[in-house]
Amino acid sequence: MSVILQVSNLVKRFGQLTAVNDVSFDIHQGSCFGLLGPNGAGKTTTIELMEGIKTPDSGRILYQGEPLGQKFRNEAGIMFQTTALQDFVTVREMLVLFSRFYPVTTDIDDLVERYALGEFLHQDTRKLSGGQKQRLLLAIALINQPKILFLDEPTTGLDPQSRRNLWEQVRQVKAQGATILLTTHYMEEAYELCDEIAIMDHGRMIAHDAPDTLLAKHFDDVVIQLDEKDLPRELGEVEFMATYREGNAHILTGDVNKTVEGLLARKIPLDRLRIRARDLEDLFLELTGKELRA
Amino acid sequence: MWNRIYALFVARNTEFFRDRSSLAWSVLLPVLIIFVFAYAFTDDNPQKFKVGIVASTNSIMATQNFTSTRFIQFIEFEEVKPNLKKVERHQIDLLFDANSFSYWINQTSPNGYIVEKLLIAAFTNAPQQLQQNIVEGDEVRYLDWVIPGVLAMNIMWGALFGIGYVIVRYRKFGVLKRLRATPVTALEFLTAQVISRLWIMLAVNVVIFIGMDLVFDFRMHGSYLNLFIVFTLGCICLICCGLVVAARISSEEVANGLLNLLSWPMMFLSGVWFSLEGAHPLMQKFALVLPLTHVTEAAREIMIDGAGLVQIADHLLVLGLSSVVLLVIGAWIFRWE
Repeated sequence: MSVILQVSNLVKRFGQLTAVNDVSFDIHQGSCFGLLGPNGAGKTTTIELMEGIKTPDSGRILYQGEPLGQKFRNEAGIMFQTTALQDFVTVREMLVLFSRFYPVTTDIDDLVERYALGEFLHQDTRKLSGGQKQRLLLAIALINQPKILFLDEPTTGLDPQSRRNLWEQVRQVKAQGATILLTTHYMEEAYELCDEIAIMDHGRMIAHDAPDTLLAKHFDDVVIQLDEKDLPRELGEVEFMATYREGNAHILTGDVNKTVEGLLARKIPLDRLRIRARDLEDLFLELTGKELRA
Repeated sequence: MWNRIYALFVARNTEFFRDRSSLAWSVLLPVLIIFVFAYAFTDDNPQKFKVGIVASTNSIMATQNFTSTRFIQFIEFEEVKPNLKKVERHQIDLLFDANSFSYWINQTSPNGYIVEKLLIAAFTNAPQQLQQNIVEGDEVRYLDWVIPGVLAMNIMWGALFGIGYVIVRYRKFGVLKRLRATPVTALEFLTAQVISRLWIMLAVNVVIFIGMDLVFDFRMHGSYLNLFIVFTLGCICLICCGLVVAARISSEEVANGLLNLLSWPMMFLSGVWFSLEGAHPLMQKFALVLPLTHVTEAAREIMIDGAGLVQIADHLLVLGLSSVVLLVIGAWIFRWE
């Protein structure tokens, strides 16, 4: 796959704070690239530098081999984390407004149908629910048939149903050949949608690869989860090196048989035992919680 | 480019006309002000007559017979000639030069007729002969005098706040940020905002002008086209002032403070409510810096005196040049975020 967006040695400072610190990566055409990180990691600043909304202090961003310019503006679709639209304007009028900005556009009726905007098409944009507004913002971001789509935490604040609907819509966009750059707090979202992820913390990129490759690279164990009532803290921490979160004991092990035998030997009830593979949530904690903040 | 400007122009107009409360205010406020002033300046003053008097220290003594008359307000002037217009417009009932014993009256003024009788009675036995001079002209009520200023002031409020406040609000809530992510340029955005605000303010002022003329039947001696040109240029100039204020600020409170800092001095020092004649020379000079002074004076000269574009060319030149300078500064320092 050819590179559509190339980011090299990006630096952005706000006073004393270096929000983005020497970040480099390539985004391949047709892929979905996820930018992950805790609050304040520099994700939004990075994506806004790539969108051309902010100007980097140093470093370079090339779109199809050229610096960001009019071609990029015409071909990029952008959905910010929070977006205000003009007051007193209806959903349809908003779509018409944005469609007039671009030389190439999608048919508005088609967008209305695809993103189920019909039921509130003539409603003032201020009166939309969270899910309705996100659908409208996604439709606006797609109005110019973008070759590259930026989604900054698109599902934050949405209920699980709306979130899954939006995932489905993003998959459809990707299936049509668009490249997607996504930032998110939700590891599940990144795992569901992204071909490649980059984890950021304190303005630096600390991991970058395909999700499964990253997991394989960092983990060769699984998690055995038990109720804290079944495996009391004083026993679990000493005998099984368990960690405790939200009323559960988590035992990391590379040899499940041996650990289960140990639990049986201690007469620990296993009725509520669960075994799961390590996921991006674990990787995120491992990288941002231990390595950088220790 | 024009397609994008047109789209933004339409969106801004839609927003303005659907915002009923702000639309109502922009039409009703000036009408209310005019009504308040029309009644505030109705004549409940015990001093029924106004006489302008030009006199030296010596000659004033000789006029005591006349100047001690009750219920006449005597206003001292230094010269006769510049004040003859006041007799023409019925702003004073009679002008008396105590040095030459000449007086000027407007024969269409009923008050002038009465004051003339009092003047003649006061000097019946005087050694000098009073000399009558006739001045012609229609009455200019305070209302006729104040309306051009109120129309100009309405343009000022609409232009400054309509542009300044709106752009700052767009910036604060991220509307500008969203537009920046499109091919729209700063110039296209600003052009659309200026055109939208300009036509809205002119349309609102035309409605107010017609409405108030029907109610008050005020004086309009000049060309409507010339007046339209003055208000258009004035509106552009004041919009450009608003652009400069809104170029970078993202706090509505700061914008509000700055816009008030601009508008209130203009409201009181631009000669909207009272003439600046006789004011401190420094204040008069300062007033010339304010765009509203030029809009008000040019509109007044057209409406009251029927002045043509040549007579008001100095005001048009100041407004035109100021617009260009302010627009360049506004566009230069403009920030999306």
